[in-house]
Amino acid sequence: MASRTEHAGVRWTLIGTALTFLGFFIFLPLVMVFMTGLNKGIAVYFQSLNNPDALSAIRLTVITALVAVPLNVVFGIAASWAIAKFNFWGKNFLTTLIDLPLSVSPVISGLIYVLLFGAQGAWGPWLMEHGIKIIFAPPAIILATIFVTFPLVARELIPVMKTLGNEEEEAALTLGANGWQTFLRVTLPNIKWGLLYGVIICNARAMGEFGAVSVVSGHIRGQTNTLPLHIEILYNEYNFTAAFAAASLLALLAVFTLFLKSLVEYQYRAELKAALKMEKSA
Amino acid sequence: MSIEVKQIAKTFGSFQALENIDLKIETGELIALLGPSGSGKTTLLRIIAGLENADQGEIFFHGKDVKEEKTKDRNVGFVFQHYALFRHMTVFENIAFGLRVKPKALRPTEEKIRARVKELLRLVQLEWVANRFPSQLSGGQRQRIALARALAVEPKVLLLDEPFGSLDAKVRKELRQWLRRFHDDLHITTLFVTHDQEEALEVADRIVVMNKGKIEQVGTPEQVYHNPANLFVLNFLGSVNLFHGRAEESGAAASEATATPKITKIYVRPHELTVTRQAAGANSLKAQISFINPAGSVVKIDAVTSDGQLVQAEISQEEYKSLRLQRNEHVFLTPKNITYSEYDI
Repeated sequence: MASRTEHAGVRWTLIGTALTFLGFFIFLPLVMVFMTGLNKGIAVYFQSLNNPDALSAIRLTVITALVAVPLNVVFGIAASWAIAKFNFWGKNFLTTLIDLPLSVSPVISGLIYVLLFGAQGAWGPWLMEHGIKIIFAPPAIILATIFVTFPLVARELIPVMKTLGNEEEEAALTLGANGWQTFLRVTLPNIKWGLLYGVIICNARAMGEFGAVSVVSGHIRGQTNTLPLHIEILYNEYNFTAAFAAASLLALLAVFTLFLKSLVEYQYRAELKAALKMEKSA
Repeated sequence: MSIEVKQIAKTFGSFQALENIDLKIETGELIALLGPSGSGKTTLLRIIAGLENADQGEIFFHGKDVKEEKTKDRNVGFVFQHYALFRHMTVFENIAFGLRVKPKALRPTEEKIRARVKELLRLVQLEWVANRFPSQLSGGQRQRIALARALAVEPKVLLLDEPFGSLDAKVRKELRQWLRRFHDDLHITTLFVTHDQEEALEVADRIVVMNKGKIEQVGTPEQVYHNPANLFVLNFLGSVNLFHGRAEESGAAASEATATPKITKIYVRPHELTVTRQAAGANSLKAQISFINPAGSVVKIDAVTSDGQLVQAEISQEEYKSLRLQRNEHVFLTPKNITYSEYDI
């Protein structure tokens, strides 16, 4: 697809600038992460990952994602279904509300929970009386993560659901399917790529979230540290090798996520193309 | 199965989509709901299917009130305007869908499902597309698959929303005749929505003409075409010429007639006008030919009267050839029959 509007020199200057930037700001740091992690040898690398604090951080990170992602899938499907397929009072408000976590600083997202559940917070005393610990404990980490990530699935699904419309669901109903059958056999297969895309993005953010989690975690080693918080502590202790070894895990997650994302995008585009072709020839 | 609709009304916000609709459809009839867009015909169809709730009124299927019944329990076959085929399923799975979602106790065996799908594919003459996806079919093929899918659950009523709306003219005509033959074979009570009067006239047993949420007339194609109940029906079912004239005791005159007159408006369809070179009585009207279109089964002639009014006439090819009509020449137009007349006084 050679463009004929620009001179070759202009083209290569633009491409070169973009590539230099990417190399300098993204590729080089990524390489540095792995090099620093591995600079004392592969044994030290694995050792720094295979100690109780690191394992505990990995475990908490995985648990947080395992809770937050499914909940956000349920919420995302419900919200996007409601927004795309029904007209109701307050719909615009709901749409705006979904975007809120994206426009608010993660620190504030964390502080909301401290204000609600903390010792001086609104529900803090009541929770303390009943021996329920939320702030500076895994529940708060999970809550903060859910808050930060909940727009991610819904935002992917709303445009998909809007494009699909209602007709296939209505057709299923006239053929005698009940609501659940309609969802499983018609809606879900139609939104699967959008949903998967949302899940991948949501998972990456859930595992990588730092700000909101940092506020509510309390940084208790081996108990309330997620992987990003664990890295920060190691770094502050000048334990660079261990910090970068742990960071390399997150970097690997990012690379893996990008790979999955482009795979899904590729599939999704192919299906979209087929759907478009269908509409055009109709 | 017969369908009866009583006093159905529906509003969308401040828009009155349907107003006091009464309609009775007998078992085995093929009915066209005809009207311009926004006339409420699709809404009525969707209310019968249960896809939309009426604000008031009752619906009876074979004498049984179905207003509280959900779509899935009404046993209607519905063909959507854009077919709504399941895009992620093959044609085979699309047709099998209605059988596969039946409750376990009623669900046919895999073998029976296969046999039924094959039978339906044969019925719509598309046995060879079973393993394709909807995106690989043409518009006309999708239309027929949508019909086969609707028929799989053996519905008592078949509802079609603009079934030929998005097809090109030739396929449209073929499918129209195919639907007519198909209905003659199966005799399933069928309602279809259309805005194309030619389609309604050609296919339906009876036509329900709708406008602005109301039914204007219900009748056979012959009745609505030749004896329209009102001006709307007259205009909607085909082009028509308006003449201002005065009615005589015995009949009507298109031109300046005599005797104690009543002022009237007279409507004459283009094919009800004879074109001659000499005046053929007092009802003849002089006009100058402005355009001739001889391409088609009839020859279409536009002429302008002395007071500047455009009149359309249709004559047979034979007449056209024997008259050797030319553009800009003066002719006389005489109504053979008056389709509709309106008395102002």
